[in-house]
Amino acid sequence: MLVSIALVTVYFRESEGGTLHGAQRIGVSVAMPFEVAGERVARPFKDAYGWAADLLGAKSENEKLKRENEALRSERIANETAAQENAHLKELLGYVDGPRFPENYSSVITRVVARPPTAYDQEILIAAGTSDGIQRNDPVVTKDGLVGLVTDVTSDSAKVTLLTDQSSAVSAMVLESGAAGIVRHGPSDPSALILDRVGKDAFVEDGDLVITAGWQSGQLESLYPRGIPIGTVESVGQQDVDLYKRIQIAPLVNFDSLSDVIVLIPMARPK
Amino acid sequence: MTLDALKAGVLLVFAALVQVSITSNIEVGSGHPDLLLVLVIAIALLRGPAFGAAAGFWAGLVLDVVSFQTLGLTSLLLTLAGYFAGRLGEVTKKSSAHPALLAVTIGTIGVGLGSAVLHFMLGETLSASEFFVGMLLPTLALNLLLAYPLYGLCRRIFPVTPRERRQVIPVV
Repeated sequence: MLVSIALVTVYFRESEGGTLHGAQRIGVSVAMPFEVAGERVARPFKDAYGWAADLLGAKSENEKLKRENEALRSERIANETAAQENAHLKELLGYVDGPRFPENYSSVITRVVARPPTAYDQEILIAAGTSDGIQRNDPVVTKDGLVGLVTDVTSDSAKVTLLTDQSSAVSAMVLESGAAGIVRHGPSDPSALILDRVGKDAFVEDGDLVITAGWQSGQLESLYPRGIPIGTVESVGQQDVDLYKRIQIAPLVNFDSLSDVIVLIPMARPK
Repeated sequence: MTLDALKAGVLLVFAALVQVSITSNIEVGSGHPDLLLVLVIAIALLRGPAFGAAAGFWAGLVLDVVSFQTLGLTSLLLTLAGYFAGRLGEVTKKSSAHPALLAVTIGTIGVGLGSAVLHFMLGETLSASEFFVGMLLPTLALNLLLAYPLYGLCRRIFPVTPRERRQVIPVV
């Protein structure tokens, strides 16, 4: 018991480069092939379960997607025209832009090999590390949206802290109105997110899309590039005594069934 | 004793790897089956408090390492779970599987509450409803499902003598 208490204390207080963290990284590297093997064994069963679950809602989903597709087709034409205008105007103005997603990022697609056993630790372990070019603080996404950030890395594995973790916070904005705030973990459900620090005068509606803001201030810049989808606004509320709006977000990523993720690696890494 | 330690070591390392790569994907609410806890309790029931505490410590340490978590957190909880399950094993008949259910119930609730306290001290919190309804109850149900088969498996791996089966050591 005393050894365990000493381990917790030292581990929690020492820096990321400390002895225990180093020993743990070696342990993770040693266990990684076994974890990958375990994940490979479990993968067909997970896929079969996912397939069966998807099949149940396939018909209604198909109808919904058809309607969405029609709306998106006309939206795409309008967007392309706007993008051309935008590029032309930027050229005329000599506009200096920050790193953009996905143009200024290369990607490493990798599998999730382990999940923590409790709801307290909103983290995953992925099967790619420094040997693939991944470093701490690289953003992690899926095709649906933002997943989190690389917070620890070994040569062949990395720990990703999910957006739903209590330590995560992302500067974000509402796409439709430009209202800016901070996305962080909700107070009750571990997989819920809230958009905090949005002033009461900002205009936000249910169904609005929330994306990363990717701010830049002098040499400081957000770890997340601008424009990664995070979620849609689920509910908006405000009370007289509150300083900010109460905005709940439904994440676009299903954090409970992550199997593959994409790590974004900046092409020009800040030194 | 050495052979038992070797068998327990192999079994628990294997279980830790299965837990992080396979069973952590089985989710009911926010609860997951705690394979390692059930195994530590089963081994402790059959081999006593000292062996159970040692098995809990090493199993927890392996789990903390392979899942990249705070070192020592799970090992502290499993050490205590192993010790108290071992004490329970001393006062119950080893021929019966019922003590395993009791020990798993107490162990899951104890480890859940202990985990909540430790995480609270480290600045990670869950709401009470999410903890009790979302996490603790589903975990308890899943662990109880595992209790009988895993206790049966452990009885095969760590056989008890006919005399031990009947023997019950009085508490006082």
